[in-house]
Amino acid sequence: MEYSGPKHKLEVTLPSEREIVMTRVLDAPARLVFDAFTKPELIRRWLLGPDGFSMSVCDVDLRVGGKFHYVWRKDDGGREFGINGTYREIAPPARIVHGENFDEPFYPGEAQVTTAFAEKGGATTVTMTMAFDTREIRDGAIESGMESGIVASYDRLERILQEG
Amino acid sequence: MEPIGYELGSGHLDATFMALADPTRRAILGRLARGEASVAELAAPFGMSQPAISKHLKVLERAGLVHQGRDAQRRPRRIEARPLEEATKWLEGYRKLWETNFQRLDALLGELQTDATHRRRTKRRKK
Repeated sequence: MEYSGPKHKLEVTLPSEREIVMTRVLDAPARLVFDAFTKPELIRRWLLGPDGFSMSVCDVDLRVGGKFHYVWRKDDGGREFGINGTYREIAPPARIVHGENFDEPFYPGEAQVTTAFAEKGGATTVTMTMAFDTREIRDGAIESGMESGIVASYDRLERILQEG
Repeated sequence: MEPIGYELGSGHLDATFMALADPTRRAILGRLARGEASVAELAAPFGMSQPAISKHLKVLERAGLVHQGRDAQRRPRRIEARPLEEATKWLEGYRKLWETNFQRLDALLGELQTDATHRRRTKRRKK
């Protein structure tokens, strides 16, 4: 049977000059989704970016003022990149607010990330709002997401699938 | 006036996204997607003055999203699809990265819920 893609669609919008908003529905109660976003042993299993990456560091100190640190490494021994930040608000299972920086910062200041979990009928809508200091920084964040081998690996995959 | 080049420079994308950030401008594009229209025709449904609409059109034209037609009298505006496609493509890489993550999360959450059901059943059986 032909694969028709995931059941729920991810929406990415740029509602203002400084923001990125992502919305996605997950078939699980908010309490479980909240765990998947905050427990290191669960985070490690999905927050990985493109295939071929794994997390070499996943530290979470889940309290207001507590810090987190994520580092991803390419499995074939490529370079690492990481992000770190501080929790500003924790309201399980509805909301997390944190500040976020790249370990090797390419922009000044930090992004403010609000993650909201809204449960309805057993499913949870996750809304992540990332607010940057300026439009240039936001655009840089989107471009860096593409630079870390993502576009290249997808292009490769698409080519292989087409050739198949 | 011809719109500026279509190269994928971030300056050009900035102009596109800035133009798209305003709800009135998105509504104007929505109207133009159905066919060309003059400034007067655009102003009427929005309940705005023609100069106010012209100001929004200028931003859209600078971003290369809207083009002025040849008819000198009516000066109809047309939508230009290419910058929009480029802006979408630019975001698409970012969207794909996160879609991969969320698909993994779908699988993980499914697994966790199956485990929980299984554990409950085993517990009940033991009683």
